[in-house]
Amino acid sequence: MIRFVANRLLGMLVVLFLVCLFTFVIFFVLSPDPAVQICGKNCTPEAIDQIRANLGIDQPFWTQFWTFLTGLFAGRTYGTGPNAIDCAAPCLGYSFQSSQAVTDMIVQRLPVSATVAVGAAVLWLLAGVAGGLLSAVREGRFADRFIAGLTLTGMSIPNYVLALSLQFLLVVTLGWLPFPQAVAFSDDPVRWFQNFLMPWIVLAVGMAAVYTRLTRANVIETLQENYVRTARAKGLSPGLVWRRHALRPALTPIVTIFGMDFAGLLGGALITETVFGLNGIGKMAADSITKNDQPVIMGVTLLAAFLVVVGNMVVDLLYTAIDPRVRVGSSA
Amino acid sequence: MSFTPTELEVEGAAGGGTVPGAPASPPAGRGAPDRPATEWRGVSRAFLRDRAAVACGVYIVLIILMAVAAPLLVKISGYGPLEFDQDAVDPNLGGIPLGAAGGMGADHWFGVEPGNGRDIFARIVYGARVSMLIAISATLLTTFLGVVFGLVAGYFGGRVDMVVSRVMEFLMAFPALIFMIAVLSALPAENRQFLLVLVISFFGWPYLARIVRGQTMSLKEREFVEAAKASGATSAQIIFKEILPNLASTIIVMTTLAVPGYVGTEAGLSFLGVGVVPPTPSWGQMIASSVPWYAVDPAYFLIPGAFLFLLVLSFTVLGDRIRRLLGEGAA
Repeated sequence: MIRFVANRLLGMLVVLFLVCLFTFVIFFVLSPDPAVQICGKNCTPEAIDQIRANLGIDQPFWTQFWTFLTGLFAGRTYGTGPNAIDCAAPCLGYSFQSSQAVTDMIVQRLPVSATVAVGAAVLWLLAGVAGGLLSAVREGRFADRFIAGLTLTGMSIPNYVLALSLQFLLVVTLGWLPFPQAVAFSDDPVRWFQNFLMPWIVLAVGMAAVYTRLTRANVIETLQENYVRTARAKGLSPGLVWRRHALRPALTPIVTIFGMDFAGLLGGALITETVFGLNGIGKMAADSITKNDQPVIMGVTLLAAFLVVVGNMVVDLLYTAIDPRVRVGSSA
Repeated sequence: MSFTPTELEVEGAAGGGTVPGAPASPPAGRGAPDRPATEWRGVSRAFLRDRAAVACGVYIVLIILMAVAAPLLVKISGYGPLEFDQDAVDPNLGGIPLGAAGGMGADHWFGVEPGNGRDIFARIVYGARVSMLIAISATLLTTFLGVVFGLVAGYFGGRVDMVVSRVMEFLMAFPALIFMIAVLSALPAENRQFLLVLVISFFGWPYLARIVRGQTMSLKEREFVEAAKASGATSAQIIFKEILPNLASTIIVMTTLAVPGYVGTEAGLSFLGVGVVPPTPSWGQMIASSVPWYAVDPAYFLIPGAFLFLLVLSFTVLGDRIRRLLGEGAA
């Protein structure tokens, strides 16, 4: 077991390192010169050179990459002298446009993104598993076909189209919900809930559709397993067969993709947050695209990759704990 | 067997003619050994009896025709996609289109954009071009890459397989959307459509390659491959003549299911401002620019939204049905 965990950890570190390198290469090679951006209008070539030297971007690629990596673990300082900027330990970079460390910007917006992700996750898990179970029980009948139609629709509707349609229907036409407005939970819990309701639904719809299909397929497959037949033949009541023998193996794959989906969502729901004007990580990333604020985009990308890789790892470990069929060490 | 290719080609056109991922049909036409002509015929007949699938196919064909005939259609409707029509909007109300439902009428069939009065019909028609072109090119490229890498990794195994598999795992561990955004935002804006195809394909091929690899690995152990090997066939001959034809149905299914994903991805990226560069119209971008107007001019987001939704839905339903008909569990 220890060997297995160590192996996974090592693999994770390699992937994370490669992700860092890959991201860094993209922005190193392709991004516009930040020195020119900082320098502004009345700029001389000497001034640009000075800024470049200060930022360390006149250094060769590997030196810069090393500085970036050490910045992640030990923090770093941009520039020298009185104008030096400190960037504390997990330093993901510094946004010269908003004069703020990227890590701080992310931390500030994390609560909103986390709220969006958790609420949506609860919704889609409940709806997906319930829908999948119902379809599986009523396989081939009306309920199953009805749910199949719903899932196809849910999978196909782009979330921004759904977001705009919901907003138009519920807010403008029917007036059931107020216009979204940033309200703290402690100030007005009802309003807060109303604010997040639409983003939750929008994010949950597509996911719930996928989970419904997956649950249905898994349950139907599990019910055909030999051990389920044996349990039935032994004369166990249908309820007991379901609870003891069918549900657990059928639902373990859900854990796998849930971990990844949830981790991915924590890194910000770009489109949903943007449409609903929620000030989370996703909206920050989307805004940085328009402003061409490269350090922020890079920081968010790294964070998202980190979350997905870690989520994967956690799921892998959980999986071996939940499902005894997974042989330790044999999984590649 | 000499008649089989044409037979199959015809069947392919009837049953899968609506599948734009047509690159997959030539290998199918080479006479898949375990899928005789009668079976293909049965598949296409069952397909034609399925009303939902036919409706989806018809919609997709219509959109493709619309995209191809865009200049002609625009000539008939009278307004180009980049033409401003200030007479169609009300300058006193901040540029809201005159008339009901976003200015729909005999002049502007789907109404006009608020603000500058560009004709929505023309932009939908030209937007279909961009969306379909990008989605189909990306599908072709991912299919090509996925099949080649999957075949090579699965057939040769060993070190080649290890390298390809690692690369695939690495790419799939990436949060693809945010990476596409990062890459596209860092790249220059010229040739955006071309870059979009490249970037989408770069992150997309492992999903097909993984399945092709798995199937190749089991196919190469089968007797007919052994027989071919024993009779002195080269690796290339075995791969192209023995293994590839057997992968045809998997490839068709995966391709059809990939197209809606890419249509959505292109629209999403354009929505976020890293896709197709204005003023070139794209559906995602039209929806993005309708966000500030959704409350006063709902037709502006509903029209491109409906077109996009129906296109994605059609491809999804079609892929789903084809998968069921071909009895493919994979994917």
